[in-house]
Amino acid sequence: MVGALGRNLTSKAVLTPTIIAMTVCFYGCMAWTIYVSFTRSGMLPNYDLVGLAQYDRLWGDNRWHVSFANMFIFGVLFITGALALGTLLAVLIDTKVRMEGAFRTIFLYPLSMSFIVTGLAWRWFLDPTDGLQSFVRSLGWETFEFDWLVDRDMAIYTIVIAAIWQGSGLIMAIMLAGLRSIDRDVWKATKMDGIPTWRAYVSVILPQLQPLVITCVVLLAITVVKSFDLVVALTNGGPGFASDLPAKFVVDAAFERANIGQASAAAVMMLMAVIAALAPYFYLVRRRS
Amino acid sequence: MTVAVDQVAVTSAPKPRGFQITPGRIGLYAFLIISALFFLIPLLIVFNTSLKPMDEIRAGDIFDLPIDPSFAAWAEAWTSACTGRNCEGIRVGFWNSVKILVPSVIFSILIAAINGYALAQWRFKGSELILGALMLGAFIPYQVILYPMVRILSTVGLYGSLPGIIVVHIIFGLPVLTLIFRNFYSGIPIELIKAARIDGAGFFRIFFSIMLPMSTNILIVALILQVTGIWNDYLLGLIFAGRENLPMTVQLNNIVGSVTGERTFNVDMAATMLTALPPLIVYFLSGRYFVRGITAGAVKG
Repeated sequence: MVGALGRNLTSKAVLTPTIIAMTVCFYGCMAWTIYVSFTRSGMLPNYDLVGLAQYDRLWGDNRWHVSFANMFIFGVLFITGALALGTLLAVLIDTKVRMEGAFRTIFLYPLSMSFIVTGLAWRWFLDPTDGLQSFVRSLGWETFEFDWLVDRDMAIYTIVIAAIWQGSGLIMAIMLAGLRSIDRDVWKATKMDGIPTWRAYVSVILPQLQPLVITCVVLLAITVVKSFDLVVALTNGGPGFASDLPAKFVVDAAFERANIGQASAAAVMMLMAVIAALAPYFYLVRRRS
Repeated sequence: MTVAVDQVAVTSAPKPRGFQITPGRIGLYAFLIISALFFLIPLLIVFNTSLKPMDEIRAGDIFDLPIDPSFAAWAEAWTSACTGRNCEGIRVGFWNSVKILVPSVIFSILIAAINGYALAQWRFKGSELILGALMLGAFIPYQVILYPMVRILSTVGLYGSLPGIIVVHIIFGLPVLTLIFRNFYSGIPIELIKAARIDGAGFFRIFFSIMLPMSTNILIVALILQVTGIWNDYLLGLIFAGRENLPMTVQLNNIVGSVTGERTFNVDMAATMLTALPPLIVYFLSGRYFVRGITAGAVKG
């Protein structure tokens, strides 16, 4: 018989590389970035602390303001849009439709593709000279205009549309699983009380799925903060930097403009955004348990 | 349960009718079909355009069906699509992606499975702490880590190389995969392990002869998650793979972004289809496992 210490030693030994990788690559790198955001770093890292100077400069940068504001516009519209469409599709599919499998497959397939593919497909579809606009015009509606892709004020909304297209299927799948797990007796009770189906969904069934909704919101919120590929493929942040997002701002700052200080400060702001999105979730989880 | 739903509809509004064709039902199908079109159209247009020659694309509209559908543009995209002046086709990116994918998937799943097994069945003081640290690590945005990671990999001579990008994929896959396996192995009764231990089986013996044969389902889930995730990755490939090993997604974006000479939409779209195809095939083959794979880490974690 091996002693308790010996048994644990194998387990510990097996986990050691992972622990080292986690400590160095996740937490070590995170600490490095946070530290560097308070230094004089420019093209190369420099370890002289200068307080909040990088953040002062960051918040004085118009491009950062646009990126950060875009994250909220994109976040609010994408999360509400995907949640509403995904839940609606789940509810409709749940009402015993024909060809349920086909609908489910169609709603979910975009999720399997790269954001680069999604971005390019939507870029061509929304292109004013080759895509939807020219098609509608060729049908005879000569004044039809849909040029959001090249419109400074509207470009960010094309990213919202493409992201909803890619993400709604996931919400549908999660919510449908939730709907299918609702107890038969709940439906019987609403039936006995003579509550109409739609009313039963709104007042009884969906409130029961609240934990799932919160999970969906967290998943979508993390997608928002991490969104990079989609912007690169769809608008490349343009026109100008009108549809830029923080994830792209950081990568450009670090690897194109070679400004490590600014990249680090912006990355720390992204981290704060993730914490802000997660805090209510962990608070709820803790309170429930 | 869906039957119950329908009965509710019938009992709440009883009408003398033989068929179930109500305005509500028609509206429901209309909405589902419009939604299905919304989801299908962008990819169908890409596919449609990839089958047309260029003069047909210039003359017509995106919804016009090809007069004489041909995969010529697909062949051109595969063998001679250009990134700047380099015209070797998207096959270069395809094979790079395969070279990145295979080792990344095998090693990340193997390591995560053993880690998850250790955390679930061989607990020790601090193993819960490791679990928590892993879980939080999954939420850190890549952007916070990218630059210092580049410096670390340069120091050890792996930056911009095939082993480098593979190591990066393994590390970034660890948190979610380990959680998935840990949750799965937590569900296996500890008595099983105890019995095996009394028979003299050790850590690895139990893992390979008892745990692994029971793990088919969770291995499929992990496989789907990693294959689609790594194939679809853009950011990590862009930063860490180096010029010689750029994955298909990065090459695709470069091909479409190249503005040398005339725009060949059909070739661009064929290249897009070729890049989209491998994960689409995985999706259609895996069915319900796919949803489990995509949601497993996030929902359960």
